[in-house]
Amino acid sequence: MSPASRPAGGDFGVYVHVPFCTRRCDYCAFATWTDRFHLVDAYVEACVVAARRRLDPARPATSVFFGGGTPSLLAPGAVGRILAAVPAAAGAEITVECNPESVDRDKLRGYRDVGVTRLSFGVQSMVDHVLVSLGRDHAPDSVLRAVEAAGDAGFADSYNVDLIMGAAGESVDDFASSLDQVLGLDPAPAHVSAYGLTVEPGTPLAAAPGRHPDPDDQADKYLLADQRLAAAGLEWYEISNWARPGSSCRHNLLYWSQGEYEGLGCAAHSHSVDPRTGRARRWWNVRTPERYVKLVGQGGSGESAAEVLEPPARLQEAMELALRTRAGVPQGALPGWGTDESLDGLVELHGDHLVLTSRGRLLANEVAVRLA
Amino acid sequence: MNLDRIRNLSIVAHVDHGKSTLSDRILELTGAVDARDMREQYLDSMDIERERGITIKAQNVRVEWKGHTIHLIDTPGHVDFGYEVSRSLAACEGVVLVVDAAQGIEAQTLANAYQALENDLEIVAALNKIDLPAADPDRYAAEIEKVLGVPADQILRISAKTGFGVADLLDAIVERIPPPKGDPDLPLQGLIFDSYYDQYRGVVSAIRIVNGSLTAGARLRFLQAGRTHDVEEIGIRTPLNVPVAALGPGEVGYLIAGIKDVGEARSGETVTDAGRPAAKALEGYEDPKPMVFCGLYPVEGDDFANLREALEKLRLNDASVTYEPETSGALGFGFRCGFLGLLHMEIVRERLEREFDLSLIATAPSVEYRAHLTDGSTVEVHNPSEMPEPQTLDSIEEPYLQATILSPTEYTGTLMDLCQSRRGDMVRMEYLSPERLELVYRIPLAEVVMDFFDALKSRTKGYASLDYESAGWAQAELVKIDVLLNGVPVDAFSAIVHRSEAQEYGRRMTERLRGLIPRQMFDVPIQAAVGGRIIARETVKAKRKDVLAKCYGGDITRKRKLLEKQKEGKKRMKNIGRVEVPQEAFIQALRLEE
Repeated sequence: MSPASRPAGGDFGVYVHVPFCTRRCDYCAFATWTDRFHLVDAYVEACVVAARRRLDPARPATSVFFGGGTPSLLAPGAVGRILAAVPAAAGAEITVECNPESVDRDKLRGYRDVGVTRLSFGVQSMVDHVLVSLGRDHAPDSVLRAVEAAGDAGFADSYNVDLIMGAAGESVDDFASSLDQVLGLDPAPAHVSAYGLTVEPGTPLAAAPGRHPDPDDQADKYLLADQRLAAAGLEWYEISNWARPGSSCRHNLLYWSQGEYEGLGCAAHSHSVDPRTGRARRWWNVRTPERYVKLVGQGGSGESAAEVLEPPARLQEAMELALRTRAGVPQGALPGWGTDESLDGLVELHGDHLVLTSRGRLLANEVAVRLA
Repeated sequence: MNLDRIRNLSIVAHVDHGKSTLSDRILELTGAVDARDMREQYLDSMDIERERGITIKAQNVRVEWKGHTIHLIDTPGHVDFGYEVSRSLAACEGVVLVVDAAQGIEAQTLANAYQALENDLEIVAALNKIDLPAADPDRYAAEIEKVLGVPADQILRISAKTGFGVADLLDAIVERIPPPKGDPDLPLQGLIFDSYYDQYRGVVSAIRIVNGSLTAGARLRFLQAGRTHDVEEIGIRTPLNVPVAALGPGEVGYLIAGIKDVGEARSGETVTDAGRPAAKALEGYEDPKPMVFCGLYPVEGDDFANLREALEKLRLNDASVTYEPETSGALGFGFRCGFLGLLHMEIVRERLEREFDLSLIATAPSVEYRAHLTDGSTVEVHNPSEMPEPQTLDSIEEPYLQATILSPTEYTGTLMDLCQSRRGDMVRMEYLSPERLELVYRIPLAEVVMDFFDALKSRTKGYASLDYESAGWAQAELVKIDVLLNGVPVDAFSAIVHRSEAQEYGRRMTERLRGLIPRQMFDVPIQAAVGGRIIARETVKAKRKDVLAKCYGGDITRKRKLLEKQKEGKKRMKNIGRVEVPQEAFIQALRLEE
């Protein structure tokens, strides 16, 4: 939907950033810390205060997403305290990202009891040596246990598995094995996200060129993932996301349709649209938990910086985001289609929209720079 | 001035053998420079000279020693400036040959010493750095005796660093070097042996009076340039400039005559009195002849006008640089420049970048070729793009050098391999001592221009030294090789090479470009071709992945900026045969070539 036609008061999301981890993966560039557990209580409290201060009960959240970091380090009570402060619509999607190692049946039941409806497991791989290469601390077995517990706790049809493609030493067979094992989990996942390993500046991975992923290898794995996931009934609906019909992540769809959302916690991003001017404002909070706790305690919002998007820039961004999804872009948005031979085989017409093919998804940036 | 009390000499030494340090010591010992004002390498005034430890522009100085006036005439210390050396020597009656007592005589020093002998100059030889533990003065004294005929027992042993033996050297200069001859009553004949451009005073020339007298206020005729100028100032350097009323026969000084372009006061120019001119010019003048050429392009296209201005200014100070505008599909607008040699090329480029704040790309150096066409005409080719089509070509000639290499004998085999692989023909081989060898080869200049000097140094752990001089032209099997990107030639990478080397050049360039050309949306063939025949091929495989994996709340702004950057980048790329090539790839490829 173009920003101009989007009805005011549509879906509204809340993102809660949980910046704590027991160890840091060497490819990770998120705002997370392994040495600040003493801040957890104060931090949860700050999120609660911020939620009460910033959220409007007249605009209940249609989705809430606890991301990190490792949100599953929070006890159900802490998640519950935050959720109690967040006005939520009936039937809202409420997701918590989980490290398979840090959950058990009781904790997951606890999450269910405080209102959580969906889990997202950072599995990354089901192959030992690949997990070691990624610097993860869980073993494939713990995934089996975590998923079984999720089934018992009522998340059988509403959990996601994250996979990473392209760790150093991961063969195509290793990745195929991870895919097969994930699809064979009991209960089977309704949603899979498969990400190409990305080298982020400043990470230990960035400093080790020998372990950087090979783009051709990642392309092979991507095409394999697309095939096997589709065969298992999971359809791709965004570059890195596949789901059973009806199991797409509502919160993430909100990001890709330029919806409005409020971020709670350090480094969280927010987005709002002024329906009168068509202008959007995006802002993000301070990066460290200490500063966030302090600023909220002083009565502030924790905001660090912001940008304003004028309607033309919003429209441009709308197309760039839509292009990444199964919705695609209106035919007119890609004027080169049909004449620019470099687009051949990268997009195809679905009704009056152009949608990326699997090859096209791998070259989405090249297609995006050709948008009108 | 009494001619008998004058000594004119040049210090001849290899790079690093201590010429500048010796000059410093002499300035101190004769009281010319107060120890307080002394700084190292006092006479090397350009930053590049101090940094590289070489002398490019000669500096001259007059000192007094025991009732005698000694003119130290500096000489450029590199083979590129051989002509300038010969003019400096023409202003002298003797040379002081400085040889490192731990290394022995080097090829270029030997060549200059031979030149001094040919000009009947007296050689005062000194072994320097005798304070070094590795010094072996006896051995190298014997060698000097053998190659130059200077009796070993007359060779001084000094340490310019500590000052040891420098006073004895000054005494030897006074005793052994003959005073100049000249007739004060004849019409003025002055030899200009160096000129530089001073932004406040115009051209300042170093001049040696041969006959007659040069007086302040005189009107002068420059015989080779055919120009007339009025003297603004004459003087001597002590090393500070001290104006004088007149310079007589045998004297060396400086001349300022309102000249704006060093090209009008070149080394070798004869100056005479316009009212009472000498019948003829002094012998030995030659026009500057560029030997090595390359294209110079500004990295920022907007800098083209600045580059033109910089070259104009630089030429005021260095008349041996030539330049002509040139256009390249890959590099845009630039200049085809000619230089005396490789070092000269490097120095000019560095001065342009440093003194004029430019960032430049240089194409691979090339030489001048003579293409003889089937219709009987001849074309001079300074740039591969000027090479006539093969079907119109009858033959091509290329310039040759006579190269002299001095080296420890243990490297004889590897040096002969090197010379042969560079199409050299041996002229002679001679043992200077049981340990040292002189090799003389006739070799194409184009081969020396490539990386001959580096290869020579690396094969001999730096012990071999090289000197060369022009040795005419010879016909050769030369071909123009083109590098094609997706079927379209990239002019910046065209080259003229010997037929036997075409394959190797093609392979190297295509491989290098494969690593530098970013992957495109389609397979890109990179080919090397000679006259339409493909001799090497590489392929840059089409890229398969260019996508951001994640695009959540915090990624959206970042992604938009990334795409903006990618779009901007596309605009700045050169489009060659549908291939988008960042300028940086060309720059890298050419840098690697150096």
